[in-house]
Amino acid sequence: MNDFWSAASGLMVLFGSIISLFSAFGLIRLPDVYLRSHAATKSATLGVLFILTGAFLYFAAVQGQFSIKLLLGIVFVFLTGPVAGHLNARAAYRTGVGMWDRSVRDDLKAALKKEREEAESKRTELIRRSEAD
Amino acid sequence: MMNPMLEISLALLSLAAAGCMYRLLKGPSISDRIAALDTIGILLLSMIAVLGMLEGTSAYFDIILVIGIVTFIGTTAFARYIERGAVMEDE
Repeated sequence: MNDFWSAASGLMVLFGSIISLFSAFGLIRLPDVYLRSHAATKSATLGVLFILTGAFLYFAAVQGQFSIKLLLGIVFVFLTGPVAGHLNARAAYRTGVGMWDRSVRDDLKAALKKEREEAESKRTELIRRSEAD
Repeated sequence: MMNPMLEISLALLSLAAAGCMYRLLKGPSISDRIAALDTIGILLLSMIAVLGMLEGTSAYFDIILVIGIVTFIGTTAFARYIERGAVMEDE
């Protein structure tokens, strides 16, 4: 039984590290920031989840210690990985990092332009009102 | 049976970290470098988990948590910095 569980957790760790390798491959090969952060965020998080779950299984089934810290680490990485990727991509778009020249669709451009125009008109309105006072 | 698998996965993980290092050094924009740094932190975390399994000790679990938190805070701070020009805004 112990052999089975250690082999299963070893396989999970191996699978997770292969996924992490794919994610690094995507990080090198993909053409722009947004596609790269897609590779860096999703598949790296999946790989790390596999590895930590394998470690959790190994310590729970083979060594007989149920580790809350490892579970906490799994939950934390699962929550924060996508959030960090989103923040990074948002900062990249708002500082004007260009998209790949073969990208076909950009819905955020119009929305961001509208938001900037509204902010601008509100600001001029405020300035006008304060000058009138 | 398990130890060779763990050693192979350590080698694969360090290969992945080397790939991220390439993007960290070359990356055209700052956001590329931040994404690469984030991925390197996450790979480091999983390497430490594999190392703990190899040595059969649970002493490394604290390090996993701390590296996870530090990586997230670092990415958030860098993203805020390049978006607004400051990490903390006083208002």
